[in-house]
Amino acid sequence: MALAKDPTPNPAASPINQKLTADDKIELYRKMVRVRRFEQVSLQHYQAGRMGGFLHLYIGQESVAIGCASLMGANDHMITAYRDHAHALGVGMSMNECMAELFGKATGCSKGKGGSMHYFAPDKNYWGGHGIVAGQTPLGLGLAYGLKFRGLKGAAMCFLGDGAVNQGAFHESLNLAALWDLPVIYIIENNGYSMGTSQERSSAYGKCLAERAEGYGMAWDHCLGENLYEVRARVGAALDRAHNESKPTLMEISTYRWEGHSVADANKMKYRTKDEVERFQRDHDPIQVWKAVLIAEGVATEADLKKIDREAQAEADASAEFAKASPYPEPESIFEDVYWETDNKTEASEIGRHFFND
Amino acid sequence: MPRRITYRDAVREALDEEIARDPMVVVMGEEVAQYNGAYKVTQGLWDKWGDKRLVDTPISEAGFIGMGIGASMLGVRPVMELMFWSFYTVAWDQIVNNGAMVRYMSGGKINCPIVIRGPANGGTSVGATHSHTPENIMANFPGMKCVCPSNAYDAKGLMKAAIRDNDPVMFMESTKLYGEEWDVPSNDELPNGELFIPLGLADVKREGTDISLIAHGKAVITCLEAARILEEEHGISAEVVDLRSIRPLDEETILNSVAKTHRAVYVEENKPFCGIGAQIAYMIQERIFDELDAPVQRVCSLDAPAIYSPPLEAIQLPTAEVVVAKALGIC
Repeated sequence: MALAKDPTPNPAASPINQKLTADDKIELYRKMVRVRRFEQVSLQHYQAGRMGGFLHLYIGQESVAIGCASLMGANDHMITAYRDHAHALGVGMSMNECMAELFGKATGCSKGKGGSMHYFAPDKNYWGGHGIVAGQTPLGLGLAYGLKFRGLKGAAMCFLGDGAVNQGAFHESLNLAALWDLPVIYIIENNGYSMGTSQERSSAYGKCLAERAEGYGMAWDHCLGENLYEVRARVGAALDRAHNESKPTLMEISTYRWEGHSVADANKMKYRTKDEVERFQRDHDPIQVWKAVLIAEGVATEADLKKIDREAQAEADASAEFAKASPYPEPESIFEDVYWETDNKTEASEIGRHFFND
Repeated sequence: MPRRITYRDAVREALDEEIARDPMVVVMGEEVAQYNGAYKVTQGLWDKWGDKRLVDTPISEAGFIGMGIGASMLGVRPVMELMFWSFYTVAWDQIVNNGAMVRYMSGGKINCPIVIRGPANGGTSVGATHSHTPENIMANFPGMKCVCPSNAYDAKGLMKAAIRDNDPVMFMESTKLYGEEWDVPSNDELPNGELFIPLGLADVKREGTDISLIAHGKAVITCLEAARILEEEHGISAEVVDLRSIRPLDEETILNSVAKTHRAVYVEENKPFCGIGAQIAYMIQERIFDELDAPVQRVCSLDAPAIYSPPLEAIQLPTAEVVVAKALGIC
């Protein structure tokens, strides 16, 4: 993957990574492995027909969401598109609530009302989980606007795929972000394909997609996503810009998804070659890359990491059991969570009819 | 002498009072601040409140409406102006998929206390692109509320309720009414010290016994004129019911009126197919079929895109004469 900006010469030595303790580094490994095992288990149950709709897997991209989530302070927020499982687990949502949501159960993070594409945890500064390509990009801007309006020093990290960069709402957001100096970081997770259409076939670009920021006078960066140190160093710089200067950044992080656009992507081996997929799995697996770092640094042994892996697998399996055993939402819950006022049985909710069932 | 102010002034007073009351309220839109509003609804507010509370946006409806929705998730209470409600189409994905549905899809973890406001009316010879009346479209989506005030008094009271509401409220005004005056008491004349009208309360604008003319928005004014003609020229006593709020909907006031008069005509400036009148007519026949002495009738905009030609547009929209004729057909 050609990069439009030079890689960080020694990302491990960057101040933000120097802050990481051995335990922190092992935790980052655990988080990535948890995402992978969660998704692998979810795939088994999807294929067994236990969940509906779509399942957009993140496998191969784990270092991006986990690296970014690891940078979040108290007033930093995150919002993404429909490939949202890793971000959710990254900010601390539990496997149980996430798996149960896939099964459509009442114990799901959205009470079975959102599904795979719509995970939310505002208490963890995580605002979804959005189904329409680039539809979340003005919302991310709004989070940044809200922070600035309220005088809080924080930032909104708004993720999007490489297919989202051609939507109008995204360009409108870039203009507003730069015009008003809003502390938003748009992070293009460039996995090379917008569904089945390659970047070359869908986007006009010079050196890279993030370079489009030039047109808005906005800072931009492009880096490789497979190494957690690099993700943290580069996104960390964008966060500093947001925190200290209240300026936006357009980041592009090159990564790769091993699976199809969604599990329903019948052509996942037609629009790309087997060699390409295998090359990324063999040489650019972010978990293996991090594992090699931990072992080389003497932070963990092979046996330590295997144990973490087994624990993550057990946790994922247990979450599927939890989801299976959980009840479906009650029919009455269809009418809950539509209006704040009716949910809270306010005086206003007693006036006039809100629902029109015969 | 009661105080008389225009519809435009009434909306502005509500915005001004809510900005003063709640530091989270911000008014945002194209030309709302330094230009003083394309229709002068926000005139003087930027001078008074400055850049933080009155924000001029670029012409970028999807971007700034979506931004307002995002900010509302963090507790800001944006009042977003669409210069014309007709431009909702450009921001539609943000309004419907984010504003109306994020609460549901998050299992109730998020709410969007946002108001989107602006004029939604025909009758000004601006052609089909600028003459949309999308209240039926908004009301079709659970999660959104929709308000269409017909006069200055209601506009002020309902705007204050809309801003304090914790759900997204679509607030539809009329450029044809902005310059019209009504009695609107000042706050010191009011027992509660302010004018506040809850959403979901219809209002009987004129009492009558023979037929109910039911409407929302500017069509209410048309109905009042029709009622006068019916009384003076035909000796028919028409009651005029103003929905004020489309969703939530005050069904009881409508049903009480029709149960009394036994005849109903729904009048709206929207199109007939799946319009508000369709819902109301269904509701009346379903709930009080035995009270009806005649089929419920409708007067809507003639079913074509809004025509430019001024004399033709005047007859494309409901007129008092058409309402009278329709009423006479069932009286």
